[in-house]
Amino acid sequence: MTGKTSATHFWQGNEACAEATIAAGCRFFAGYPITPASEIFEHLARRLPQAGGITIQMEDEIASIGAVIGASWAGAKAMTATSGPGFSLMQELIGYAFMTETPCVVVDVQRAGPSTGQATKAGQGDVMQARWGTHGDYTSIALSPNSVQEMFDLTIRAFNLAETYRTPVVLLADEVVAHMREQAVIPPSNQIKITNRKKPKPTDKAFFNGEDIAPMPSVGEGYNVPVTGSTHNEHGYRFTADRTVHEKLVKNLIRKIRDNAGKIVDYESLNVDDCDVGVVSFGCTSRAIHETIELAKKKGLTVGSVRLKTIWPFPEEAVRNMAKNVKVIVVPELNMREMFYEVERVVHGAVPVVPLNKIGGGEMITPEELLAEIARSVKKVD
Amino acid sequence: MTETFTIRNYLRDIKLPFCPGCGCLTVISRFLRAVHELGHKDLSKFVFCSGIGCAAWIPSPHFKADSIHTAHGRSIPVATGIKLMRPDLNVVVFGGDGDLAGIGLSHLVHAARRNLDIAVFMVNNMIYGMTGGQVAPTTPLGTKTTTTPYGSFEHPLDVPSLLVTAGASYAARWTTAHGEQLKEAMKKALATRGFAFVEAVSPCPTAFGRRAGFKDVAEIIRWFRESSVPLEEAEKMTAEDLTKKIVVGEFVYRKISTFTEALYRTIREAEKSAETK
Ligand SMILES: Cc1ncc(C[n+]2csc(CCOP(=O)(O)OP(=O)(O)O)c2C)c(N)n1
Ligand code: SF4
Repeated sequence: MTGKTSATHFWQGNEACAEATIAAGCRFFAGYPITPASEIFEHLARRLPQAGGITIQMEDEIASIGAVIGASWAGAKAMTATSGPGFSLMQELIGYAFMTETPCVVVDVQRAGPSTGQATKAGQGDVMQARWGTHGDYTSIALSPNSVQEMFDLTIRAFNLAETYRTPVVLLADEVVAHMREQAVIPPSNQIKITNRKKPKPTDKAFFNGEDIAPMPSVGEGYNVPVTGSTHNEHGYRFTADRTVHEKLVKNLIRKIRDNAGKIVDYESLNVDDCDVGVVSFGCTSRAIHETIELAKKKGLTVGSVRLKTIWPFPEEAVRNMAKNVKVIVVPELNMREMFYEVERVVHGAVPVVPLNKIGGGEMITPEELLAEIARSVKKVD
Repeated sequence: MTETFTIRNYLRDIKLPFCPGCGCLTVISRFLRAVHELGHKDLSKFVFCSGIGCAAWIPSPHFKADSIHTAHGRSIPVATGIKLMRPDLNVVVFGGDGDLAGIGLSHLVHAARRNLDIAVFMVNNMIYGMTGGQVAPTTPLGTKTTTTPYGSFEHPLDVPSLLVTAGASYAARWTTAHGEQLKEAMKKALATRGFAFVEAVSPCPTAFGRRAGFKDVAEIIRWFRESSVPLEEAEKMTAEDLTKKIVVGEFVYRKISTFTEALYRTIREAEKSAETK
């Protein structure tokens, strides 16, 4: 619980996410049960009403994200939490949230897929889905926590980014980070930075599709705003055939994120200026990196790391810079190559990029396995 | 109600997109008159939600009001989020039979089960109009549509009866040929505490009429009149006799505790328990 003084908690990742939701000012949660995300809902079901907020179990994940979108237009910060199968069902309305510039947060606690896959086991196979899950043209923001502390911090940030850019934001967690228990230090509530959406002035008439992010009215405030997922102009009126209206709308949706990528992108780098081998990692997989660096030292290998806290927009600069200093980059992930291709695209042949993939059973990539791959890769390029 | 009814008080000055003779036009005029007769000079106390389809264009963006034009079938979830956050607003849903009783059926049933305090107006043209005349869950058995060129082989769904079972506070069906009854049903729905549903059986001359063998709108309207059977009479008829009929009337009106009442009671209790801790 956040209060006037800072506190240290021994929380489960999902619990930290739920507490951050309240601290961020969210007052509406709609969801549908699914492993390994359910604890977020269960915790909020108890806690959110105590803060005057609403939780509701909807009939499915489509309805959950629908209710979140409605609540957001009614003025609330709103969230849903799910895992792969539910994330897939939500995609059409996530696209609607992009198109209508509806701030909301979607937590996807990744498990091994496709389909029902291994429901209780960790995976990282939704990296590209978090970026391109819905149809059409847009660009997305997705954050990747790797600790219980970050389940708290990045949930707060997800709300702030959603409110700032009027867009859905995905918190791309995974079963490991969601279910483990760790210490989390929660700052006093007055030290948590909270952002709220820009509201219109009574004379404002343009609520969409601005060069800058347009102010967002709520229903019932007298603005008579028409909201539509069809192509629309700045007043919300439909233009279902005009090429220029569509182009302007979509380009603005993309630009508001791309032009601000420098402010959105967040990562943690270690040793990048002085290393032979670089590792680009995110989420649960990145937890092996510290031990790997130590083990490598003993073998006379210097390893540097860029750990992604935002995976979308992709921290291109950080990865490109690392490529200037290293002989090879290794990309460990619990999927069959997703982030790997993005790193390859950014590095653009400057140095070899080597994938390290493991799937199933919820088994992590161990520091020993990562080190072995690093050693093999170095040998190949030397 | 001394003021005269001026439809332009409620409608934006934009050309309506419906075909000549489309029942959506009747539904708009009946609804806005109902609103007027209930004493609303404007739509400032309303929020409208709709999905995708011709009927979903009724409020959006034509009503001078807040309107959320959602995705196909998803108006009710969005309306749920709005109503829970703003129980003081009248949340009204418009949609076609495909939108509400096809792709969106589970949301409709669950909203009725929860007795969510919203009014839902379903324009049943017995066809998927916007997409050019495919079979709908409400198409009468044997009707030729673009996806059932040899005649539909499925039974249509009786939506008001389903919603009675699901737990709606109010459910009615009329046709656009019953202008007065339709308007009165809409008024009653808007005044109902809890989930209220009105089905308006409505002509689609373009996508339904032609293929189903109707010469023009007048013929569809005549069919509506001639085949309509009041609920009380229908109860005495056999299922077979009823296959070609349109059962009209009030299916249910009852007072049961509503979703927002129960929810807000729970929240107040939780807040109190947190304070006393
Ligand atoms: C997910 C999805 N599937 C299909 C469509 C295509 N579509 C648009 S309107 C419509 C049906 C409209 O029929 P109905 O809801 O009965 O409304 P009407 O046009 O007859 O008023 C369909 C299938 C869509 N927009 N979205
Ligand atoms: S296609 Fe049918 S439902 Fe759609 S506007 Fe035309 S007449 Fe009305």
